[in-house]
Amino acid sequence: MVALLEFEKPVAELLARIAELRESAGATDIDPEIAKLEAKADRLLHDTYAKLSPWQKTQVARHPDRPHFKHYVGQLIDDFMPLAGDRAFGDDQAILGGLGRLGGRRVMVIGHEKGDDTATRIRHNFGMGKPEGYRKAIRLMELADRFNVPVVTLVDTSGAFPGVQAEERGQAEAIARSTEKCLELGVPIVAAVVGEGGSGGAVALAAANRVLMFEHAVYSVISPEGCASILWRTAEKAADAAEAMRITAQDLKRLGVIDEIIAEPVGGAHRSPAIAIDALGAAIGKSLDSLNGLGRDKIKQQRREKFLAMGGL
Amino acid sequence: MNWLSRVRNAMPFIAKRETEGNLWNKCPSCSQMIFIKEYEENLSVCTVCGHHGRIGPKARFQQIFDDNGWSMLPTPRVAEDPLKFRDSKKYVDRIKAARTATGEHDALLNARGKIEGQGVVVGVQDFAFMGGSMGVGVGEAFIAGAQAALADKVPYIIFTAAGGARMQEGILSLMQMPRTTVAIAQLREAGLPYIVVMTDPTTGGVTASYAMLGDVQMAEPNALIGFAGQRVIQDTIREKLPEGFQRAEYLLDHGMLDMVVERKDLRQTLARLIGYLMPEKAAA
Repeated sequence: MVALLEFEKPVAELLARIAELRESAGATDIDPEIAKLEAKADRLLHDTYAKLSPWQKTQVARHPDRPHFKHYVGQLIDDFMPLAGDRAFGDDQAILGGLGRLGGRRVMVIGHEKGDDTATRIRHNFGMGKPEGYRKAIRLMELADRFNVPVVTLVDTSGAFPGVQAEERGQAEAIARSTEKCLELGVPIVAAVVGEGGSGGAVALAAANRVLMFEHAVYSVISPEGCASILWRTAEKAADAAEAMRITAQDLKRLGVIDEIIAEPVGGAHRSPAIAIDALGAAIGKSLDSLNGLGRDKIKQQRREKFLAMGGL
Repeated sequence: MNWLSRVRNAMPFIAKRETEGNLWNKCPSCSQMIFIKEYEENLSVCTVCGHHGRIGPKARFQQIFDDNGWSMLPTPRVAEDPLKFRDSKKYVDRIKAARTATGEHDALLNARGKIEGQGVVVGVQDFAFMGGSMGVGVGEAFIAGAQAALADKVPYIIFTAAGGARMQEGILSLMQMPRTTVAIAQLREAGLPYIVVMTDPTTGGVTASYAMLGDVQMAEPNALIGFAGQRVIQDTIREKLPEGFQRAEYLLDHGMLDMVVERKDLRQTLARLIGYLMPEKAAA
């Protein structure tokens, strides 16, 4: 049973009613009613998700049951070989990576891992990367570039970690260099914003030839709460900030910031993770194939031109 | 407050002087009142404690370039308010107010000129214009500055000052991080120096992109430089921040800068550096 979000309450009520009916009778004469209610719940879920507000999408993107890096890698990547460390300080658990095969194609997969229970969330620092994480990403991208392996990144972070040690070790520099490395690669890089794309910590892995985004993922310059507390002077205006900032995949596609929206199963990726993960795999594969054989200079040039044009007239 | 204004303001029959700020500058660091003329002659550095005050692009150009040897580059025009953003105020109104207050079009200005005879393009971010924040206009101006340097085959020097990305332009402001990075890569490929001088304050997305990608990185004394805001960090770690945290000297200690340079020495330091990096130009 997935955890229900606040705006899913009407659906939750229906589901509770169905459960109640099931329990109370167990007799077949109420089956038609259950079937009717179930159909109604499905429809309600469908309708709710068809018109999610930006703030509701933020809740979905952060849903605790939404698939994470390890689920994507587990289902999509064959023969995954994790690679570790930045060779300077440590091995950040918030940003993971390694070599593997996606539908037979060699790839270097790099992404944020948020963890999915208290212990793993702490271990992965809730997906908030530190400088050594971004420097590991740089190292892995360089490795991929030298051996002609395309790069796939999975973006899912509320942002880079704001801490004293992270600042001391050059959080800003690490992010800047990681963005720079994405832009330098002679191999294709395909980025997918699978959950939250939070600010610099996200773009550092997403300056890609093609940027894909799940239907209910969000990608923004600052969290809605952060924006609200600065511009509205209260975090309670997060829903307004989410609306104003244009953080949804649909808005970002219109603005030309992302290239493709990947549809999610009804009720969000967390309701049918296997279907969502397969859809992502297929979309990434297609993107990689479209860039295949372009040549190093063309690949780099395409990426540069795309980002140079962003926001320009 | 000096004795004269103290006496003056104590007299009930004389209106308290509103124009005091025009004559005197109160140092935000040591609270000393300094005669503005004296303060400006000292490059807007406190004559008592050495605090480096924030200065805008025009004052900076005046200080850095050879006398009469510089000209402004046009500020590129971009689509205004691409998101139709409004919080408690409309973004377009905030821009208008900033333009009225500063007399400038956006938060980054470029000028072309010479430093001790060596050609350069200099970009200066204006903290007075919406906190120097980086939106599409700033990104565009940065690219225009870098491209002017490419055209002239001279170094691009950027003086950063920004609270970070301009939230009112949402994701498009975030996209200025990779966008400006491409411009820096083009300078590098052309063998042209890209020099960063960080001034107070340089934070957020600006620090996490072009401010940290300099071939050589300098900062003015005590400038606040960081990625995350201090309040955010404090709320995350729930302990006291170390002494001098995120100040220029702290970054120097942690290997993030090449040098901390006093304003009075900046011009000469830049000239020497360019002399090393582009010797044939210096000789010409």
